[in-house]
Amino acid sequence: MLTRYTTLPDPRVWRFVLVLIMAMLLTGCGVNNIPTYDEQVKSAWAQVENQYQRRADLVPNLVETVEGFARQEQETLTAVVEARAKATSIQIDAESLDDPEKLRQFEQAQQQLTGALSRLMAVSERYPDLKSNQNFLALQSQLEGTENRIAVARRDFITAVERYNTEIRTFPGRLWHSILYSDMPLRETFEATTENADQAPQVEFE
Amino acid sequence: MSDLLRIPLLALLLSGGLGLQAQGLQAQELEEQELDFPELTGRVVDQAGLLDPATESRLSERLAAHEEATTEQLVVATLPDLQGVTIEEYGYQLGRHWGIGQQEEDNGALLIVAPKERKVRIEVGYGLEGRLTDAQSSVIINQTLTPAFREGDYARGITEGVEAMIQVLGGEPMDTSATASAPAREQGPEGPASILFFVMFVIVMTLVRGGRGGLLAGMLLGGALGGRSRGGGGGGFGGGGGFGGGGGFGGGGASGGW
Repeated sequence: MLTRYTTLPDPRVWRFVLVLIMAMLLTGCGVNNIPTYDEQVKSAWAQVENQYQRRADLVPNLVETVEGFARQEQETLTAVVEARAKATSIQIDAESLDDPEKLRQFEQAQQQLTGALSRLMAVSERYPDLKSNQNFLALQSQLEGTENRIAVARRDFITAVERYNTEIRTFPGRLWHSILYSDMPLRETFEATTENADQAPQVEFE
Repeated sequence: MSDLLRIPLLALLLSGGLGLQAQGLQAQELEEQELDFPELTGRVVDQAGLLDPATESRLSERLAAHEEATTEQLVVATLPDLQGVTIEEYGYQLGRHWGIGQQEEDNGALLIVAPKERKVRIEVGYGLEGRLTDAQSSVIINQTLTPAFREGDYARGITEGVEAMIQVLGGEPMDTSATASAPAREQGPEGPASILFFVMFVIVMTLVRGGRGGLLAGMLLGGALGGRSRGGGGGGFGGGGGFGGGGGFGGGGASGGW
């Protein structure tokens, strides 16, 4: 009886454990926020990559169609092909998402392709046969749709990163971050958040 | 209890409360920034007042029938203005806000008309992007919607546009060879076939789901028949359908202007 009593921890310790359990129950919301938001950032990024890939997949077809009608625009077409090759060579997976330098490279390469494509579309305005070609019209609307999907995916990604960063910087999350998730850093996002800021200026002909 | 314990407890409780609050705030923030969306009052939300009541109720019935047959949710929205953003930006957020489409399937689509900006958009949920492609949406806009809108005939444009969307969703692509308007018209009224399909659906539902399914199917049937017998204007939501189920939108579709 006496020995058992001495092996039992101090009642204050029990109370502490009880309080800790209660506190955990009551504050359960919040512990998982950082990893949850982290996953959301990753899936938002996957969507961004998907949509850029989708655009890259459209390019060969588009180039071929335009080539059939506007062979003399070789320079513009080559620029598109090269920009596409460069853009597809930079892939960012969820692990290297924390590398701001790589993110910037990715962004730059994609912007170059955006610019090259918009020049191509501007040039194609000069060819009435091309403009009335059904195949071209379909590709054009697909390209427009994809550009719009890219814009949506980027906005979602920016929102997800903002939420994740805010969670780490503000109070309850900050606490959890320092206790449990110190290996998860603040994330970089795209710098251009305004509408069309990611698009090269449109080239006007006549 | 010692003071040593009281402080962390307080801090934790406080942080829990704050955490909840912050979550609530962020969830709102995430959903949309400063845009006002009209209320989802029916399958036709005519905020701009472009449609007469008869057309509106006919459209609602057509859209309800389509959902019953396929579970796909189509909604027509006309807007008084776009609040300073592009129709592309407004469209996907409206779709997400309303949650058009079944949650698992994301099979919703919106036809958005903004007469003030003279813009029209077909916004397509993830699940329908494969059939109602950007290219097909663009053809519908350029061949059916904008020609009618240019003549100021919104009712015809929207009705034929909806028919065209349903036609394309049914696996029958638009005819792109001619710029002639509205091949959708020839489709004929969706009479016996869809009713037969529906009756079969009800029977299958009853067999599969037992008592509860029967009730659900009954509700659906009631909703459908109610809608069919020229019932109340914007209503006609199929019973257990869960309209606005939470479908996802990622910016698919096409836009145009007139």
